Amino acid sequence: MAKKVPQINAGSMADISFLMLIFFLVTTTMDVDSGIVRRLPPLPEKDAEIPEVKERNIFNVLVNKNDRLFINNAWGDIRTLRAETKEFLANPANRENLPEKKVESLPYLGDYPVSRGIISLKNDRGTSYNMYIQVQNELTAAVNELRDELSKQKFGKPLSEITDQDIVTSIQKAIPMSISEAEPEDIGGKK
Amino acid sequence: MARFKKGKSGGVPAISTASMPDIIFMLLFFFMVTTTMREVTLKVRNRMPEATEVQKLEKKALVSFIYIGPPTQSKLYGTESRIQLNDSFRNVGDIPEFIYVEREARVEADRPFLTTSLKVDSEVKMGIVTDVKQELRKVGAFKINYSTRKKAPKPSN
Repeated sequence: MAKKVPQINAGSMADISFLMLIFFLVTTTMDVDSGIVRRLPPLPEKDAEIPEVKERNIFNVLVNKNDRLFINNAWGDIRTLRAETKEFLANPANRENLPEKKVESLPYLGDYPVSRGIISLKNDRGTSYNMYIQVQNELTAAVNELRDELSKQKFGKPLSEITDQDIVTSIQKAIPMSISEAEPEDIGGKK
Repeated sequence: MARFKKGKSGGVPAISTASMPDIIFMLLFFFMVTTTMREVTLKVRNRMPEATEVQKLEKKALVSFIYIGPPTQSKLYGTESRIQLNDSFRNVGDIPEFIYVEREARVEADRPFLTTSLKVDSEVKMGIVTDVKQELRKVGAFKINYSTRKKAPKPSN
């Protein structure tokens, strides 16, 4: 008969696992990172021509060093920025002073008039980051709301509930996120 | 009647603690799965602005972080906003090298998906953020993410 193997005392198992648990509690964080996603444009070539854009296709948003908004040469307000952006991008009444549309054929959507409007965002070096993010947030919200409206109209549900990646890409192409950030200027000084 | 009183004579029976390790292990695994390792020790204040239109950062391994904010030890380092890369204060000029090192650390197939997350304090002025963005453009790190805290969306009208 083989020698009996003595049983290992498992009494301290709880202590050991408690120790590990506390170690992980201390060294790890639980925060989920989220934020506004943007793509920076590549640096312009030295002798690159500045593309000509018609004035009706540009939506000027300026933020000065005192965090005041200046939208299309008039004082603006952050609370109305979203609605104004939506009207600019959608141009529902096909008005003359709002951007042109170019009909493009997109999969799942057919021929869709894609707005050629560009949002030009310009900030001062003295603008606070908080204000900048609020403006970016409103602009993103405007685009997201338009996309949701299109998605609901065509497919009966908001964009976030559509699982087919091709449809999502199509809607994103139909309402592009065209935000152009101008080279910053130092008007207001550092403080 | 007396039959029933026989066995249990006073005192609360001890609760078995045999399953204690199992429960603790379960907790341990839960925390191991849901949390991430703390990567750097923050030397700058990092109270990020709130936003509603946020997207989650998908792959944490493919994100490099740039922290900008006023130093927490303002007596030692002053109140001017500083850039923190990894564990130390750096200048704008050090960002290209930082991005190259971050790229080298990844498998070649993953490099185009590398995202730079800007964790900027809400009181920072845009000047320093713009400088950082220009440096990122120079080295071709185009995918960026302005890190924000999530705010409950306003009820739509």
